[in-house]
Amino acid sequence: MTSSPAPLAAQMSDVNKWYNDYHALRSINLEVARGERIVVCGPSGSGKSTMIRCINQLEKHDSGTIAVNGVTLTGDLKQLNTVRQDVGMVFQHFNLFPHLTVLENCVIAPMTVRNIARKEAEEMAMSYLSRIHIAEQAHKFPSQLSGGQQQRVAIARSLCMQPNLMLFDEPTSALDPEMVHEVLETMVSLARDGMTMLVVTHEMGFARKVADRVIFMDHGEICETAPPEDFFKSPQNERARVFLSQLIH
Amino acid sequence: MELINTFFNWDVMVRAFPILLRGLGNTVMLGIVTIIIGTIAGLLLCLVRLYAVRPIQLLAILYIDVFRALPILVLLILVYYALPFVGIRLDSFTSATMALSMVLAAFTAEVCRAGIQNVPKGQFEAAASLGMPFWKSMRKIILPQAIRVIIPPLTSNSISVFKDTALASVVAMPDLLKQANDAQAMMANPTPLIGAALIYLAILWPLVRLVGYLEARNQRAVAR
Ligand SMILES: Nc1ncnc2c1ncn2[C@@H]1O[C@H](COP(=O)(O)OP(=O)(O)OP(=O)(O)O)[C@@H](O)[C@H]1O
Ligand SMILES: [Mg+2]
Repeated sequence: MTSSPAPLAAQMSDVNKWYNDYHALRSINLEVARGERIVVCGPSGSGKSTMIRCINQLEKHDSGTIAVNGVTLTGDLKQLNTVRQDVGMVFQHFNLFPHLTVLENCVIAPMTVRNIARKEAEEMAMSYLSRIHIAEQAHKFPSQLSGGQQQRVAIARSLCMQPNLMLFDEPTSALDPEMVHEVLETMVSLARDGMTMLVVTHEMGFARKVADRVIFMDHGEICETAPPEDFFKSPQNERARVFLSQLIH
Repeated sequence: MELINTFFNWDVMVRAFPILLRGLGNTVMLGIVTIIIGTIAGLLLCLVRLYAVRPIQLLAILYIDVFRALPILVLLILVYYALPFVGIRLDSFTSATMALSMVLAAFTAEVCRAGIQNVPKGQFEAAASLGMPFWKSMRKIILPQAIRVIIPPLTSNSISVFKDTALASVVAMPDLLKQANDAQAMMANPTPLIGAALIYLAILWPLVRLVGYLEARNQRAVAR
């Protein structure tokens, strides 16, 4: 829980990751301060997903150290599960649990992991679901919702664990264009509430609006880190310049 | 008429019926105990096969391979007639239960593995990212989704093993087949055997239909 959070939500120092002999992350150094909103962008295959998935260890790193909320990850499973409880993750393809209703999706982790009573968990879930305007659909199954609604439920499901850091991996890129907006809106309001967020996205409007920093990755490296105004106006890195020019149209 | 009197002699049937029933009781008992033990053991075996440390995984693979390859009758005879040489003397019911469920476990493990591997990776990741420990995510997230795919072949294997309970007559267990065979010898008439065959059919035919129904339902669910 967020009772006494460390000043740094996440810290990666000199992190390397290989997929067999492919060097996917090259000496990554990243500090995510409490309350900070960071947008990560870069070409396909540059290692954006790999980087944020290392933070909750959906991918194991091979060298360097990663600390989350002040806890240095050791690979111990118990420790990892505890760390993960405070780190929400939103996936490109939602990954809602299809055999559970929207409400059950939201209460299952608080009930089984945090041992919160059903009634209390459901009240909390309903409050998040009504904030994203899905309360009336609480008893539907995920397959009965639109993509945008499913992704908002996925965000609510994460929030029900009351995380203090949220990771987003291209949360809008599997959505039909007309549904992107509603998901971004939910994310903006989350940012306004002060959530610490690390967001892989190519939605530059979102980056401009909420990001404290934009990180540009290429070939497994962080090539540039800058406030959004600077990054979009005059990227220092050549590859970032090329990337942005391709993104505009 | 002569044929009916030989193969379906009503008087013989009436006399043999209580004997067959006693055998049926043993067969059903053996079948059910085997299916319960074999299914639970198979699921555990599958989890070991998928998630244990490598050396233990290899042992599980070895077990699964061996017991899928070994004829049940051979295994049964080994358990009943060979184990006594090392001082392990099991009665015929225990021997049969053991042999049949060891084999069913191996087949069940493969069925469960296919079912679990059919669940998308994202489901494991979503559960993990919420901090759910392995067993909880298995129980609450993965297995409930895998079960749909698992049930039809599991039922099918259970039918097979139920049929194989007839092998227990070889180790002198008074199951349906053995009782029928004894009655046939005693009454010098094959009617009890016909009766036994009909009883097997009556029990297993509906189950065979059930498998067909479950498979069709899954097909429709996939098509949706
Ligand atoms: N499980 C894996 N096994 C082998 N290689 C992998 C695996 N996952 C990713 N890679 C490789 O690692 C590199 C980085 O992948 P990653 O998914 O982190 O990129 P990304 O920046 O998120 O790209 P995208 O924008 O397409 O999502 C890619 O070249 C990819 O092919
Ligand atoms: Mg990616």
